[in-house]
Amino acid sequence: MLKVSPSPHIHGKESTRKLMLNVVIALIPALIVSVFYYGIGAIIVTAVSVLSCLLFEFLIQKYILRKPISITDGSALVTGILLAFNLPSNIPVHIIVIGSFVAIVIAKMTFGGLGNNPFNPALVGRVFMLISFPVHMTTWPVPKGLGTGYLDAVTGATPLAILKGGLARGQSMSEIVGQLPTPAQMFLGNIGGSMGEVAAIALLIGFVWLLYKKVITWHIPVSVIGSIAIFTGILWLVNPEKNADPLFHILAGGVLLGAIYMATDYVTSPMVPKAMLLYGCGIGIITVVIRVYGAYPEGVSFAILIMNAFVPLMNAYIKPKRFGEEVKHG
Amino acid sequence: MLKTFPTGGVHPPENKLTAGIPIEYLPVPEKVVIPMSQHIGAPANPLVAKGDNVKIGQLIAEGKGFVSANIHSPVSGKVSKIDTAADSSGLKQPAVFIDVEGDEWVEGIDRGKELVRDIKLSSEEIVKKCFESGIVGMGGATFPSHIKLNIPSGKKCDVLIINGVECEPYLTSDHRLMLEKGEEILVGVSILMKALKVEKAMIGIENNKPDAISHLTTLAASFAGISVHPLKVKYPQGAEKQLVKALVKREVPSGRLPIDVGTVVHNAGTAFAVYEAVQKNKPLIERVVTVSGKSLQKPGNYMVRIGTPLSWLLEAAGGIPADTGKIINGGPMMGKAVSNTDAPVVKGMSGIILIPASEAFREVISPCIRCAKCVSVCPLHLEPYLLMTLTEKGMFERAEAEKITDCMECGSCSYTCPAGRPLLDYIRLGKSTVIRLARQKVLK
Amino acid sequence: MSSTILTTIICLSLLAFLSAVILYFVAQKFKVYEDPRIDEVQALLPAANCGGCGFAGCRNLAEAIVNSDSFEGLNCPVGGAAVMEEIATILERTAPVSDPKVAVLKCKGSPEHRPRTSVYDGAADCRIVNSLYIGETDCSYGCLGYGDCVKACTFDAIHIDALTGLPLISDEKCTSCGACVRACPRNLIELRKKAKKDRKIYVACSNCDKGGPARKACRVACIGCGRCQKVCSFDAISIVNNLAYIDAAKCTFCRKCVGECPTNAIIEINFPPAKPKAKSEAEAVQA
Repeated sequence: MLKVSPSPHIHGKESTRKLMLNVVIALIPALIVSVFYYGIGAIIVTAVSVLSCLLFEFLIQKYILRKPISITDGSALVTGILLAFNLPSNIPVHIIVIGSFVAIVIAKMTFGGLGNNPFNPALVGRVFMLISFPVHMTTWPVPKGLGTGYLDAVTGATPLAILKGGLARGQSMSEIVGQLPTPAQMFLGNIGGSMGEVAAIALLIGFVWLLYKKVITWHIPVSVIGSIAIFTGILWLVNPEKNADPLFHILAGGVLLGAIYMATDYVTSPMVPKAMLLYGCGIGIITVVIRVYGAYPEGVSFAILIMNAFVPLMNAYIKPKRFGEEVKHG
Repeated sequence: MLKTFPTGGVHPPENKLTAGIPIEYLPVPEKVVIPMSQHIGAPANPLVAKGDNVKIGQLIAEGKGFVSANIHSPVSGKVSKIDTAADSSGLKQPAVFIDVEGDEWVEGIDRGKELVRDIKLSSEEIVKKCFESGIVGMGGATFPSHIKLNIPSGKKCDVLIINGVECEPYLTSDHRLMLEKGEEILVGVSILMKALKVEKAMIGIENNKPDAISHLTTLAASFAGISVHPLKVKYPQGAEKQLVKALVKREVPSGRLPIDVGTVVHNAGTAFAVYEAVQKNKPLIERVVTVSGKSLQKPGNYMVRIGTPLSWLLEAAGGIPADTGKIINGGPMMGKAVSNTDAPVVKGMSGIILIPASEAFREVISPCIRCAKCVSVCPLHLEPYLLMTLTEKGMFERAEAEKITDCMECGSCSYTCPAGRPLLDYIRLGKSTVIRLARQKVLK
Repeated sequence: MSSTILTTIICLSLLAFLSAVILYFVAQKFKVYEDPRIDEVQALLPAANCGGCGFAGCRNLAEAIVNSDSFEGLNCPVGGAAVMEEIATILERTAPVSDPKVAVLKCKGSPEHRPRTSVYDGAADCRIVNSLYIGETDCSYGCLGYGDCVKACTFDAIHIDALTGLPLISDEKCTSCGACVRACPRNLIELRKKAKKDRKIYVACSNCDKGGPARKACRVACIGCGRCQKVCSFDAISIVNNLAYIDAAKCTFCRKCVGECPTNAIIEINFPPAKPKAKSEAEAVQA
């Protein structure tokens, strides 16, 4: 018997799972770097986060939604890895499980699962943990190499915390600079911080992979990084004694991780290039405002979540220029 | 840089299996069925009755509606009945059934092979000849050609665009025609230029047909005003609005026609049909059909009479392979699936593609992940994900405001969707509903 | 400590009072007069917002009823006569007389009767299949089985029978709102007058083709032979376009036509088993 269906009769062989796996592949360099610096803790945190995310999604789908199980689509895997990348490598297991619960159950499944969540699940989980367990979440291990044990790591401050602390004590930039890591250290990830955000080089390799595989477009990452560079650049030019330079702001903290992997999350980012640029600039500006004027040393997570809330509005009002909308020829 | 339309589009595997196979003339079957609806308008009115003897080229049905076309007998023989016949979708259409006897042609048809270059008819006579000969757009839209040659008053055409793009995978009928009947096509283009009173004609050909491009470029040197332009290989390069944008950088406004930006687009196959009608006095009674498929025994480009049953055509191509899952009338991106292989070949049938069962399936539908790939591939810059949701929810007024009626159903969105969502299925439904509701409003 | 609490209480109370005053004046200023009976009528309506009355929702029907002098063209098929009676009492009018109805499917082309000739593999929506092609069988009139009626029904009264692939309509749940009638792209659902004990006799076919092609596509198709028309003593059966139709207003449920139909296209439902003689006759005809 012949099959009949409406056109088109061929499909591009792209699938949700392939896209998600490409994101995972893009995250592997950063995982390797973090194991290299923080040792076994990085593996434990990632494994616990991924497994608990998958488990929560499975339980919800099986026993509450009673829908077909779709944990193999890779979205929970990506959420798990990204959540882990936002955590210090010495955080206790039970906190990770709580964070995964918030990320998957509250931020994702309550809205209907994949494709329906308004906020990035990994970031909701991360921010929940930051507010609920501020001590654990801001006690960063100092990179000590492969042999570092899980919970016995030596702790230190992140570059942004050093900056914020220094400025709060009334020190000028020239006094603080000595305590900050060099750009080269930050580029290679030899600094304290969340597991996944430390090595700019690894994140950029992943970015190139995502662009090459056409998983994401350049619009969001470039507009986030660009707007941060411009905004901090202006502040720096106005008063270099009170403000860090743009390169420091881009390399420190979660800017690259956020711009490349979190802000570009399909579900919670706009659909149209114009809106993507606006969304990226919004994230950049809010990040700098929080960093420079806010109470927290880091603001990428909050900035992305705030801009997530504007996405439905952007999708409703920012439309692509339709073909043939403006006629130049009479 | 090759010319193309700026944003959107996809690049499906080309699979032009029959590009190197010359056109083969197929013998005439014993019985033919001539549907009265081979153009987009109202069905033509039959002029013959049961028992009448007809000759090849004889007018057997008259197109009365605004966008209707005449139909001529492609065979000689006796009309066995006038009834309904199932088309390739199984739906019944009025048709004339003819039992083939002998090979008698209507007088005045030049059956010689020699090229006739001199155009004797005037512009008006050419348009009239196209109407009389029942010529319709051969690319698949089957829009009667004489209407496009009648420029509405107040509008001006300064360039004729000939569509030799053939951007659909598998199809090679225009490609072969351009290679084998290049001069005839160029004379046909000159005829169309004369009818439209334009000095310039541009032939757009996708860059995956270098032989056709070089062949036509060489020949075009001796024809005034005709130029050949290679285009980037990108689907839907052959869509009218996209082709106009690529070649002359003009955007046809939403809901308007190419004539609104001073262009008229005709297919290369139509140019050949116009040549035959005007220079050889031969109405549209046969066409080239690409029969292709990965497991087909004898794929090829066949010149067949209109009304030949598909089963006859498929038999000539080696029969339907056992692993066939789907048969498509047209290309795999925009063609219609065939459920009835007894249906006849019609004027707009550019190809018959057999897809093996292993490839003939829809992807499993999963939730939309809002990846925006459909938005980025839409050549008309619509938002397919949104249009599908609006249709599903029955929000047709909003869908109309989002320009659902601009959609040309190229299928790039469904092709690219990683979640396997049937975007175009719903958009097509939404589009037809919006058009229907708008008509009802007008009637009220 | 206590002063803090006191200040808080005073501040909040003042704020609440101020807001209340503002709200009061705003409410007065922007008040829109509405007939209070609209609310009363709406309260009586079933609040299903099914659209069966032809309005977008129950509120719209309530407005239309209150603003109109009579009940002409205004009826809630879901609530039925009882609700219309109550509404009439409030408005001091006489209630319209309307027969309770129930939806029936005019097709019985299950796979055993109507062989599949192709497999549809696109979006599961009858409208899409219908605009694409003839459907999975050779009948261009019959049920497509993709459940647009099921999706349209807000009362959970329709389900696709897994065995026949056709929708099954529950008499108890059906409110005759007509949503399925409008949803079916092939116009296969009819609202028929309800009879006692939910008895039904109707032609379960919509095929307008001539006998030959109709029968070829489906063994239980109406072939328009006219035998039922001849046997009917009440002039209830008409044949238009090769298709018989039983007028529910004239039908007396005598069941003569059921046995007469050579293709079993006429369905009888909720009747006691037929007498042995009539049954054997029907079987003989079928054979």
